[in-house]
Amino acid sequence: MMKENNNVSRRSFLKTGAGLGSGLVISFFIPAYAGRLKNVMDKMQGETVFAPNAFLRIGTDNKIKILLAHAEMGQGIWTTLTMMIADELDADWKDIEVEHAPAAAAYFHTQMPMQITGGSSTTYSEFDRYRTAGASARILLVMAAAQKLGVAIEACKTENGHVLAEDKMIPYGELVTIAATLKAPEKIPLRTKEQWKYIGKGLKRLDAPDKVNGKAKFGIDYQAKGLLTAVVAHSPVMGGTVKSFDDSKAKLIKGVQQIVKIPTGVALIADNFWAAMQGKKALQIEWNLGENVSVDSNTQLEQFRKLAATEGLPAAKSGDVKMALQTSSKLLEAEYIFPYLAHAAMEPLNCTVKITGDKCDIWTGTQMPGMDQFAAATILGFKPDQVQVHTLFLGGAFGRRANPKSDFVVEAVHIAKETGKFIKMIWTREDDTQGGYYRPSFLHKVIIGTNQKAMPVAWQHTIVGQSLLAGTPFEGGIKNGIDDSSTEGVADSPYLSSIPHYYVGLHSPKINIPVLWLRSVGNTHTAFVMETLMDELAFKSGMDAVAYRRILLKNNKRPLAALDLAAEKAGWGKPLENNHFQGVAFHESFGSFVAQVAEISLDTNGSLKIHKVTCAIDCGLAVNPDGVRAQIESGINYALSIALYGEISFKNGQVQQSNFNNYRVLRINEAPAKIEVHIVNSSDKMGGVGEPGVPPLAPALANAIFAATGKRIRRLPFGDVHLKV
Amino acid sequence: MIQLTVNKKKYELDVDPTMPLLWVIRDIIGLTGTKYGCGIAQCGACTIHLNGEAVRACVTPVSKAANQQITTIEGLSADNNHPVQQAWLLVDAPQCGYCQSGQIMSAVVLLKETLNPTDQNIDDAMAGNICRCGTYPRIRKAIHLAAQLTKEAGS
Repeated sequence: MMKENNNVSRRSFLKTGAGLGSGLVISFFIPAYAGRLKNVMDKMQGETVFAPNAFLRIGTDNKIKILLAHAEMGQGIWTTLTMMIADELDADWKDIEVEHAPAAAAYFHTQMPMQITGGSSTTYSEFDRYRTAGASARILLVMAAAQKLGVAIEACKTENGHVLAEDKMIPYGELVTIAATLKAPEKIPLRTKEQWKYIGKGLKRLDAPDKVNGKAKFGIDYQAKGLLTAVVAHSPVMGGTVKSFDDSKAKLIKGVQQIVKIPTGVALIADNFWAAMQGKKALQIEWNLGENVSVDSNTQLEQFRKLAATEGLPAAKSGDVKMALQTSSKLLEAEYIFPYLAHAAMEPLNCTVKITGDKCDIWTGTQMPGMDQFAAATILGFKPDQVQVHTLFLGGAFGRRANPKSDFVVEAVHIAKETGKFIKMIWTREDDTQGGYYRPSFLHKVIIGTNQKAMPVAWQHTIVGQSLLAGTPFEGGIKNGIDDSSTEGVADSPYLSSIPHYYVGLHSPKINIPVLWLRSVGNTHTAFVMETLMDELAFKSGMDAVAYRRILLKNNKRPLAALDLAAEKAGWGKPLENNHFQGVAFHESFGSFVAQVAEISLDTNGSLKIHKVTCAIDCGLAVNPDGVRAQIESGINYALSIALYGEISFKNGQVQQSNFNNYRVLRINEAPAKIEVHIVNSSDKMGGVGEPGVPPLAPALANAIFAATGKRIRRLPFGDVHLKV
Repeated sequence: MIQLTVNKKKYELDVDPTMPLLWVIRDIIGLTGTKYGCGIAQCGACTIHLNGEAVRACVTPVSKAANQQITTIEGLSADNNHPVQQAWLLVDAPQCGYCQSGQIMSAVVLLKETLNPTDQNIDDAMAGNICRCGTYPRIRKAIHLAAQLTKEAGS
């Protein structure tokens, strides 16, 4: 009963939020509405709730609930966004509770009209909004105290969840009833850098205690009375459909409840996962494999090579590259190959759906709750506000849970709709690995002309690979045929400003394999090409690899600061231990500037040991410095999986990998013995940190391998390449 | 009927004896701290203790655990005060956190067998536990710290 009431009030809250939020860059509730919201809200013990904006609420019991417009998927925003509010609100930590916000317009991204966690943007995009949310609440509480005590606002201070005035200390909870009736001033002053207690200094992760004792709830952990488990038998070839199926044996399995055909396969519902899996194994299905049956990685590579022989649509150009290549003193020509990649988050994809009359509830871990809400509503013939999305912790995402097509939510909603049951759909690891939405495969062809000083004067660069945006609601982002996510890191490379003639061309072949952004997106391949080529050019020039880059980056302050710091901390150019070799790389992405030095050795069998990765990052203000270090460590190890092992390949339309035994990912014994992260002391524009640690690692490692072996690496992954010295 | 003891609590369950312990723990008993990651003993997210040994619950049939002591992450301590949990918190090891139950359960057994593990001992013992967030540097650090905390608590 209690729960139902809460749901009703939650809906009305969201309705208000949606109306006020849409179209506004900063979508606060206007305080005049706060009084009407006093009945609002779940689980808080206090009778009156003070909800000065969409991002926090304070109860009469002093409890402060902070609502996150973004999802916690490991990147630490559970803590960082809370720090922003706490620094302005003078809250007591023991009173703070954090929760994911529902899907609603009030929680749209500050830079785009949708609710999304991605692009490494959470911290910088929320820096003003979350601080202002905390500051406006604090001002209202101070105004309430002044009114209550009959003193001037200026006579009140705040500390640790209390307003201090004269000789009194009033807990916030005692002020919320009055505060809810007041109107905040239009201008909300924010604290200065000198006044910050948490920002720039840091805080331990607020989600960690529940992540060391099993209490943290991920999407897959959602439990409720009457909830059944659904699994899906998918076509062995992506895009295939069910021709016919025989479920007579499956139905005999104890615990199996219902079997239905859905657009993406056959769904089987059972009392628990194990029974569902036994049932799935007993299904006999005939498939229409569809046109993807001809997809083959080797054939595709030849197609890409043919395309790369022509220049492609211009993504960036300057001067006359053809002429300049003809008059260059030397040419360097290279082809690079990158396979499809699966995100392989630890938590396999899953989604729980309950349809009750004219309302649908969804529990899942998602980076795009609004898109998922819309997709579910479309299937059910509902309005979006009839669908509630409850975001639980994401057991990793890396872009896979930000699908504009909401594939796993759509599938679960179809199952719930077809069966009329309350279901939790769980994908097996095999479903997850073979389920598509991969980082596309890419081929780069580059011809570089150098002058007599061995500096590049002509750079012809052709990129071939599927567009991420084509066929999605983001398609409008493709301008003049160019999807920037295919060319980022090349077309906007800071090196190009020192090269008079260049042409960056793009081919975006249409292939029916569903593709998606993966942690650092286009930079996963472009940084490798640019930075291994820089190393090669430097080597051919006889110059040091850092010194060579410094010449090309001469007017770029932030790249140089990152490069110099990484080189200094790694002891670049200084004698190394016997048989140790270093490689360096720099890359800019998501507004941050990252340089890495990898130090390796190879034993006589060619077995690689990574002794140390030294990293420097300029991300502007580091709101939570240890969080920045953690994200860079994470990015480096994620990149190592890509560099050494990551490959999804196709034969007769079937994905050749299925689980961690053949889609290998980095293990602790293969991780660098040491990772050092240095943050450039910077007050420049803030950038992201979740992704920018990924791109420089693979080229830094490949450059170190060249230093050791004299061999250039032009194809990923290279973990099984014979690396003998 | 199969009798199980999970976190010192006794259960009598009418389940398929071939059902892996993972699904008994998650779906029948309702403890969700033990995670499903791969189902083929490749990732370690489902690591639990069977009579004090680290085992992969996803490939251990429930019949094999009948009448034996099972400990899951929920049974490790009442209030996060196990030295391994403490160390995990002190170094802020978790990110997404999905693999950490399994990591911690493996680390507890390592430290029981090796009081002062070297990096090599850690790498050897923990190689079966995948972390896609790549928290490996902090896991190593936390295990060293837990060894120290255990020693301090004992002295």
